[in-house]
Amino acid sequence: MAKGIKDKVAVLGMGCSKFGERWDIGTEMLLAEAFDEALADAGIERKQIEAAWYGSCLDSVNVGNSAIPASVALRLDGIAVSRVENMCATGTEALRGAAYAVASGAVDIALAIGAEKLKDTGYGGLPPGYKGTLNDLWLPLGSAPAGFAQLASGYRTKHQISKEELKRALAHVSWKSHQNGVLSPKAHLRKEVSMETILNAPMIAEPLGLFDCCGVSDGAACAIVTTPEIARALGKKDMVTIKAIQLSISSGVESSSNSWDGSYVRNTRNAAKRAYEEAGITKPREQISLMEVHDCFSITELVTMEDLFVSEEGHAVRDVLDGFYDREGGGVPCQVDGGLKCFGHPIGASGLRMAYENYNQLLGRAGKRQLHNPSLGLSHNLGGVPYLGIAAISILGLH
Amino acid sequence: MAPSLAGAAKGYRAFCSWDEDAVTMAVEAGRDCLRGADASAITSLVVASTTLPYADLQNSTIVAGALALPETLSTADATGSARCAISALIAMFDSAHEGAMLIASEKPHAKPASTQEMTYGAAAAAVTLGHDGVIARTLGHASVSAYFVDHFRASGEVHDYFWEERWIRDEGYAKIVPGVVKTALAKAGVGIADINHLVMASPIRGAAQPVAKSIGFSGKIADALDTECGYSGAAHGLLMLAQVLENVKAGERILVIGFGQGADALILEATGKVSEVPGRRGVSAALADRYPTEDYLRMLSFYGEIGLEWGMRGEKTGKAALTEAYRSSRQLASFQAGKCRACGTVQFPQLAYCVNDACKAPSSQFDQVSLVDAPAKILTYTADWLSYHPAPPLFVGFVQFDNGARLLMETVDAPSSAVDVGVPVRMVFRIKERDNIRGFNRYFWKATPINL
Repeated sequence: MAKGIKDKVAVLGMGCSKFGERWDIGTEMLLAEAFDEALADAGIERKQIEAAWYGSCLDSVNVGNSAIPASVALRLDGIAVSRVENMCATGTEALRGAAYAVASGAVDIALAIGAEKLKDTGYGGLPPGYKGTLNDLWLPLGSAPAGFAQLASGYRTKHQISKEELKRALAHVSWKSHQNGVLSPKAHLRKEVSMETILNAPMIAEPLGLFDCCGVSDGAACAIVTTPEIARALGKKDMVTIKAIQLSISSGVESSSNSWDGSYVRNTRNAAKRAYEEAGITKPREQISLMEVHDCFSITELVTMEDLFVSEEGHAVRDVLDGFYDREGGGVPCQVDGGLKCFGHPIGASGLRMAYENYNQLLGRAGKRQLHNPSLGLSHNLGGVPYLGIAAISILGLH
Repeated sequence: MAPSLAGAAKGYRAFCSWDEDAVTMAVEAGRDCLRGADASAITSLVVASTTLPYADLQNSTIVAGALALPETLSTADATGSARCAISALIAMFDSAHEGAMLIASEKPHAKPASTQEMTYGAAAAAVTLGHDGVIARTLGHASVSAYFVDHFRASGEVHDYFWEERWIRDEGYAKIVPGVVKTALAKAGVGIADINHLVMASPIRGAAQPVAKSIGFSGKIADALDTECGYSGAAHGLLMLAQVLENVKAGERILVIGFGQGADALILEATGKVSEVPGRRGVSAALADRYPTEDYLRMLSFYGEIGLEWGMRGEKTGKAALTEAYRSSRQLASFQAGKCRACGTVQFPQLAYCVNDACKAPSSQFDQVSLVDAPAKILTYTADWLSYHPAPPLFVGFVQFDNGARLLMETVDAPSSAVDVGVPVRMVFRIKERDNIRGFNRYFWKATPINL
């Protein structure tokens, strides 16, 4: 098996726009906000970028199809720019493209940038997607929370957990992220919320209430990557390198055969196993310093704790309620920047936003929410729905 | 409500959910009629209705697909009058070929606060025709044509326009029907005293009594199902006949009258073999299986009689690819899963390769397995309040079939208390989604709990 890209690619600079309801600016300005910060952080000029990957998910908002609008917005004149789209894994997909270009030796410096302008849809939540001509004829309607809510009924049936206990653990997941979001200046939602408020919120898709669902935001995030050698030559001393990037996409096993019990996300397990192997991680619960996972809904984060092999199967509810994933809970802090729940979820930017938090934590730049001496940060995206989707994991670490 | 209408406010009236129409009801009636029978022996299908969803797209073809009838089938829609089903039945008797099938189905629309709103119901009934093992045989029939407009509905209109009931009864029923009955009796070689049952459907309650009197009939007048279903237009005569046939004795004779711009009279004789076709749910069981509701607003909304706010999510109006609809028509219409000969995995939809991780054999060798009557249970579910749905909440989740197939499905016709993991469900043919701009329905199968 191939050795992977561990330590072959260094993060030269990163940027992230303020997330939230950015009524005042369009996608082009969001891109620029993240790009300018990353360029300054990298200490390079625009013309040093040799290839770029631009990620955005929805054609109905943003700047349109292809890489052209992003290239125009960032004035990336004449270089190779690709647009990637892989639902909520789009940001990590963009990072993968840039990292592989550097690792292969095809270019010295590459850009990954993702953005989404969800607040141009005119309503809360995500617009309904297109399904392809065949699925369009038979797949039922259903919102994103409905897709993930399926996990709740599958999980509690498998582990014989009462609706009430599961709901309480889900509420703690969101409560914790709101606590963290307060300390995150660029986050969309920066307000503490009580357990009672979370538990009593209006139902969106049973058992998920309003506070079990993440923020729908505008935002952009960006990474500039190169080789460790070039980074050193450019004067970088504390260096963050990519330890692993892995994706897993459904083949239909979960949705069209009876080999999946509805209680977990097969793709996350597949991607995690390969990412740990690539990164040389053998004991994730002990080795990982922090995690930014795909908490699009509280149930997703809870189940992900098991799918990443940090909680034992069936034990995530207990770990969550014990505070193992809280910022100061003595375990593995999760969603330190507020997560999708509170930092926000502009789809195409999210994977890069997660990497941005891990990068800043590793470099000790995370301000009031800085963790003590982190060495490995994991980010995790889940595109599509649990039974028909994409899991993307990237692991950053100190070099 | 006008005091004169209040008297009609008793019992139940059947109405369609947003995802039901004359086609979906025809499928449900057709399935019951074919239960335990050989669908591959059906050679022709007529669907009779005045409320078919398509003016130019043969509705019986959609029904035939859902019933998995043979591709060599001849199909036709019969429409244009409330008596179209009885007229079609007579025509089919005359053509006397084996394997003929007639389904009458009607989704009548009534204006809010109209008399019709109190009396209309939605229903479908189905019969198959042949020579051997029949439960009733035809003795004779007669027809008469007359430009008598008791009600009408112009093309493209939704609601019926009625003339005065007294005129319909006295000048229409009392004067047009006796003549045609007399001719039919003569052709059948029997007298009115030899008739045991009278089936006469009418939107006017109690209309059969004076008709019976005018023709000298003293037998049993068939239940018009006023308080159980309501008048179901072109389907109602066949529905009433189906109920009569459930308990009819050998040798008993039934007079069926169809009325509308003239009249049809048909005389049947029961063979006593009704007990030899077991397994049918029939009219009585279908009525007993009702899902009662007093949600008047939902009914208005389902029939387009009230404009509710659906939110921006309701604006998405993708058009169905008709090319794809044709390519996948067998698979989707008759809900065909593929069973891999290499590993035995049953799967839907059928794509290029087997879904089994350890197999992945080409699908060209799949055997076809119908999921229509396959036992199944709910595996996961949620009540989705966010998605656009014409009858919120949308119950959506995985349905697991005992044969191994599974797919994401909508669960319908159930209160939230009846939807849970492990609940046994059966399949029903429904409108999956409606393209409101182009008027095209995507028909597919949904799940409904077997026990409410």
